Amino acid sequence: MTAEPPESVAESVAESAAVTAAGSAAVVTVRAPRREALYFALRNGKLVAGLVVVLVFLLAALLVPLTIDYGPNDYVGPAASAPSGEYWFGTTTFGQDVFAQFAYGLRATFLVGLLGGGLAAVIGMAVGFTAGYRGGLVDEILNMITNIVLVLPALVVLLIVNAYLGVRSVGVQALFIGLTSWPWAARAIRAQTFSLRSRDFVDLARLSGVRTPKIIVREIAPNMSSYLFMTFILLFGGSILIAASLDFIGLGPTQGVSLGLMLNNAARWSALHLGMWWWFIPPGAGITAIVGALYVMNVGLDEVFNPKLREM
Amino acid sequence: MWRYFGRKLLIYGLTFFVAVTINWMIPRFMPGDPVQSMLSRANIAQPEAVEAMRAHYTNLFGFDLPLWKQYANFWAALLQGDLGISIWVFPTPVTDVIVRAVPYTLGLLVPAILLSWVAGNRFGAFAARRKWLDNTALPVGYVLTATPYMWLAILLAWGLGIVAGVLPVAGAYSFAMEPSWSWEFLGSLVEHWLLPFASLFLVAFGGWAIGMRNMIIYELEADYVHYLQSLGASRRLVRRYAFRNAILPQITGLALQLGVLVAGALVTEIVFSYPGLGHLILKAIQNQDFFLLQGTFLFIVIGVLIANFVIDVAYVVVDPRTRIGMGEAA
Repeated sequence: MTAEPPESVAESVAESAAVTAAGSAAVVTVRAPRREALYFALRNGKLVAGLVVVLVFLLAALLVPLTIDYGPNDYVGPAASAPSGEYWFGTTTFGQDVFAQFAYGLRATFLVGLLGGGLAAVIGMAVGFTAGYRGGLVDEILNMITNIVLVLPALVVLLIVNAYLGVRSVGVQALFIGLTSWPWAARAIRAQTFSLRSRDFVDLARLSGVRTPKIIVREIAPNMSSYLFMTFILLFGGSILIAASLDFIGLGPTQGVSLGLMLNNAARWSALHLGMWWWFIPPGAGITAIVGALYVMNVGLDEVFNPKLREM
Repeated sequence: MWRYFGRKLLIYGLTFFVAVTINWMIPRFMPGDPVQSMLSRANIAQPEAVEAMRAHYTNLFGFDLPLWKQYANFWAALLQGDLGISIWVFPTPVTDVIVRAVPYTLGLLVPAILLSWVAGNRFGAFAARRKWLDNTALPVGYVLTATPYMWLAILLAWGLGIVAGVLPVAGAYSFAMEPSWSWEFLGSLVEHWLLPFASLFLVAFGGWAIGMRNMIIYELEADYVHYLQSLGASRRLVRRYAFRNAILPQITGLALQLGVLVAGALVTEIVFSYPGLGHLILKAIQNQDFFLLQGTFLFIVIGVLIANFVIDVAYVVVDPRTRIGMGEAA
């Protein structure tokens, strides 16, 4: 389950963040709030812990495959052997190295999160900013589209699309995940923009003849940057979970390996009944650790940006 | 209020229209040829037989007609409840196959959603601002909500089903039984239902508990809470007011999460070979049974739309502001 923030919470977070940012920027120099955020960030246990876990996995995904001189799907070892000094996570029924699959699978996981979450964030921002800033008929239409995509169950749409795709890759998977998972972000960003667009500094910019795209990029977006970043993190985690489900159902990338595909293979070749726990525990644990760390990081960021939550 | 329902119904109507259109478009506009892939799956040597099959399938999809006519025919067939013939269990109509599977999915999904929502909200409200509970329960909640449904299902099946051997891990009832209204059969049904239910419940529970805990913390900072406190209201009373306000976004959240919950139920069913819609989807994909897959898709969309509408009604019942037409919310 993706932990989407209830809208009103999200609103109040970004609103207070925006207020403090605008207020302190007016009084102190521009750099001070940034340094203040860093000060609280480094002292926030949740943020640091979450970040460390994510970075450890990211480094593992980048570096470990370089040290392995065979592919993740090569038949290298004895069949179905338990974890040992040579094969850290054991081997599959076919003698594939589970550790190698895990390391390569992490790459696919991060890639899907980055591309899928990134695309969803871009669409969500484009729709949210436009609808919130323009208002009127544009808002009505975009809102209607958002609501329709929101109600459609994303995974089931993805099932249909992927079933008809003959050759599937991580990139295409991420593309379709991005295309289906943006609506809640668009809604939240629209609400934020709506509350910012009548502020004095936006009026001032409009009066001085600044064009709309520039106002959005220069005046509105920076005042909710913390909120945008947190939205991206949630979309990132959500993409990873959706991709894992797709892979597990058997609609993962046709070539290569991912954590969801490992679970799919383990289930298909009854690792469960053969008691080969080393085959299905690492991939699930990896996904849970990464996504859980992202969520915890988000709570930490929330506390850093929203002073109201700090005194906890 | 009627305006509110009118808008909602309009959106659901449009969503249904879009879903049907997607369903119609994908086989026709995706790269790859569904007829070809079904032919190659059939694996027939004689060219005459292949040609006959190709003609049959092309006719079945109606690929030889002009596009607008194909689209109109698609709607006409749909409105008559005709979703085609399943290839996996040839020659049963897809509608029959799905109707047989739906009760299992609903039996799993509805209790899991409702119970996890109620229990998660209660627990989250209870844990908020209670230092030790917050510190222990919160991390557990985040781990639970980050867990892929199928992984928790696999872990439960392995731990309780195979290692401990206390609960069955496959099917909806014992393979040795025929469905009947006996106590023995009902017992078997419940026994097989427990593990899939538990894995759905736990993941969803974590999400609701965290959501509620965060909402309560925000609510406890609100003006009306400070006012109540300065009047000397008891902690209990204050929390009760905060809970009633915090529950509203959670109802909206329920609507937002429906898709994710349905997805969770589908993969959980696959883990436990539970004969619901998830199992059908798996079989449809393995057998390239596109009619079955698309029919299941439509059924799920309709189910989600109905559930959304029920939630809208619940929202109006709970929040008096929507009744007098003030609230644009939700």
